[in-house]
Amino acid sequence: MKYIDEYRQKHLVDTLLSNIKAEATGNYHFMEVCGSHTHAIRRFGLPSLLPENIRLLSGPGCPVCVTDSNYINKAIALTADRNNIVVTYGDLLKVPGNGKSLRDCREEGADVRVVYSSLDALTIAGQNPGKSVIFLAIGFETTAPATAVAVQKSNSQNLRNLFFLSAHKIMPPAMKAVIDDGITLSGYLCPGHVSAITGSSIYETFPEEYNVATVISGFEPTDILHSILMLIRQVNSGDFKTEIQYKRAVKPEGNQRARQIMNQVFELRDDQWRGLGTISESGLQLKDTYARLDANRQFNFRIPEPEENSGCICGEILKGKKQPEDCRLFATVCTPRNPKGACMVSAEGSCNAHFKYRNYG
Amino acid sequence: MDDKIEIGHGSGGLMTQKLIHEVFMKHFDNEWLRAEGDSAIVESTHKKIAFTTDSYVINPLFFPGGDLGKLAVCGTVNDLAVTGARPGYLTAGFIIEEGFSFESLEAIVKSMKAEADNAGVCIVAGDTKVVEKGKADQIFINTSGVGFVDNLHSSLAGGGLIKDGDVVFLNGTVGDHEAAIINAREGFFESAGLVSDCASFNGMIRRLLDQTDTVRFMRDITRGGLAGILHEVAQMTSLGFEIEENKIPVGESVQAFCEALGYEPLHMACEGKCIVIAHESESGRVEAIMKNHEYGKNAARIGKVTQKHPGEVVLETIAGGRRLLEPPREAKVPRIC
Repeated sequence: MKYIDEYRQKHLVDTLLSNIKAEATGNYHFMEVCGSHTHAIRRFGLPSLLPENIRLLSGPGCPVCVTDSNYINKAIALTADRNNIVVTYGDLLKVPGNGKSLRDCREEGADVRVVYSSLDALTIAGQNPGKSVIFLAIGFETTAPATAVAVQKSNSQNLRNLFFLSAHKIMPPAMKAVIDDGITLSGYLCPGHVSAITGSSIYETFPEEYNVATVISGFEPTDILHSILMLIRQVNSGDFKTEIQYKRAVKPEGNQRARQIMNQVFELRDDQWRGLGTISESGLQLKDTYARLDANRQFNFRIPEPEENSGCICGEILKGKKQPEDCRLFATVCTPRNPKGACMVSAEGSCNAHFKYRNYG
Repeated sequence: MDDKIEIGHGSGGLMTQKLIHEVFMKHFDNEWLRAEGDSAIVESTHKKIAFTTDSYVINPLFFPGGDLGKLAVCGTVNDLAVTGARPGYLTAGFIIEEGFSFESLEAIVKSMKAEADNAGVCIVAGDTKVVEKGKADQIFINTSGVGFVDNLHSSLAGGGLIKDGDVVFLNGTVGDHEAAIINAREGFFESAGLVSDCASFNGMIRRLLDQTDTVRFMRDITRGGLAGILHEVAQMTSLGFEIEENKIPVGESVQAFCEALGYEPLHMACEGKCIVIAHESESGRVEAIMKNHEYGKNAARIGKVTQKHPGEVVLETIAGGRRLLEPPREAKVPRIC
């Protein structure tokens, strides 16, 4: 398949690996920020190919994983009113809030619908004028523009029954928080699709202030290995900068139109991240112009204090301090079928990827 | 002819008689049905028979490459064939929701007849029930089947013949059926070229069994996909598999579909595919026989049996990495980004 097969060629993988092995003279701790990178690294079995002095850590870039319990509890509270239709991306369905998940609510008769696009929420609202439709808007800079488009369309169509519960977040503050929390990183393997929207300038602080190698990577095995080689070269030379490996998708200036729509609809706020706590100016909320569509302002939430599963170390894993295998719940009581923590729920979560694609040999 | 199925069509009275004669008998027509006995009396050509059953529920009922009727025949035929049996006779049980259209029912029945003819089997008995609106989703079909087993092949079913070093073959691309169904159901991509592989491949199996004596085991790949089936066989036999990802055929449309939505082709259901495990000797011949058949033309040798890691399926990925190939454990949901 064009644009896929080229980046999976075994001889290119072998060449990159031999260069990596030749040039990796020290010890390297690289963090892949994005959940899709974690997934790809495991799916292609890359950890079994890399030398031991290169450690890959999963970061806080899985949107479902970093969504905090309060948000899930709010979504669950919304389902209690049988006049509400809660519309969500599929992955969020299984995340446990206090005692139950949205899937449990659906089984109990709540109207919870899975969609594939934010625009599907408009269709559902149009078809159900007598109901309140709440779209659970989660994700990073990749999905926020799509929510922004839905917000603007809903506003211009004057849909009175569609609301957005935003948990959208932006990537750089969490990447800073991870380092500020004390972990030593040699480099960041930066998210490809986030960067397609934001461009490369959002990462400048990492090479400049933190002396961390920074490469924006694609998702195929040669992309990831090439990016690792680029990171090694930055570390070895001490010439830290933000480089784009994923040039076929990411331009330095990003997607200006998408950012423009995002900026029209959203403004920054301090936000809660599962495992990382409150991070200043890291979340996106609807601007006052769209207050009518903001579920946070239009509904009164009475939600319980969040309960975290004792023993679950999702927070430590999201910070790169621990690996899924370090958790005593991993693959015993916590499995993709019965996830105890968010990192096991999402296909992009590191526990899920480690479970699904266990290394061999 | 009436437009819709009514409760009365399942009452056992005149309306039922009319339905049987004007739809089922009309299309399935054969000597056993014409006899109108409470059971069909069939000739047994062999001492050993294989006997299986499966129920078919699918949404949408009609999809690119097939429909519920075709599926209900080929699924049961394939279940018989992979145990080494020659599929002979099927029964068909219909549970129909009140209000279902006669036209769709007739299309499904015609399709069953066409597939039964393709596979060389006869539908010799049947049953119809009509349930109230909302008590079933349009139409469900159960088919049971019997097939005849040569003495030579009577031990193929259990996996007990599989040995360390045996070769694993696959008769073509994986994931076509489930990708076509999900796409038809959810309307993700128009003209995506996704077509179900739904087919009765008993003809290919017969050639294999008639022309070689090295086949140790066969199993059709349905729910759970290739990964699920390999895992099941590994657990069942306490042997392991070494599978090479780059040898597994995946159609371009299916690959594109899976890449876009974050699905794993090796987890996707098939309806016309099977694994064949054979002794290493004559493995070239096994592959050639499969490739020479319509339903095996993309056949490939995808790996081998090993006793090194009992119960585990190890995948050498396209990048050359090694990892466990896990069966799917959760419902498929498209990724967020």
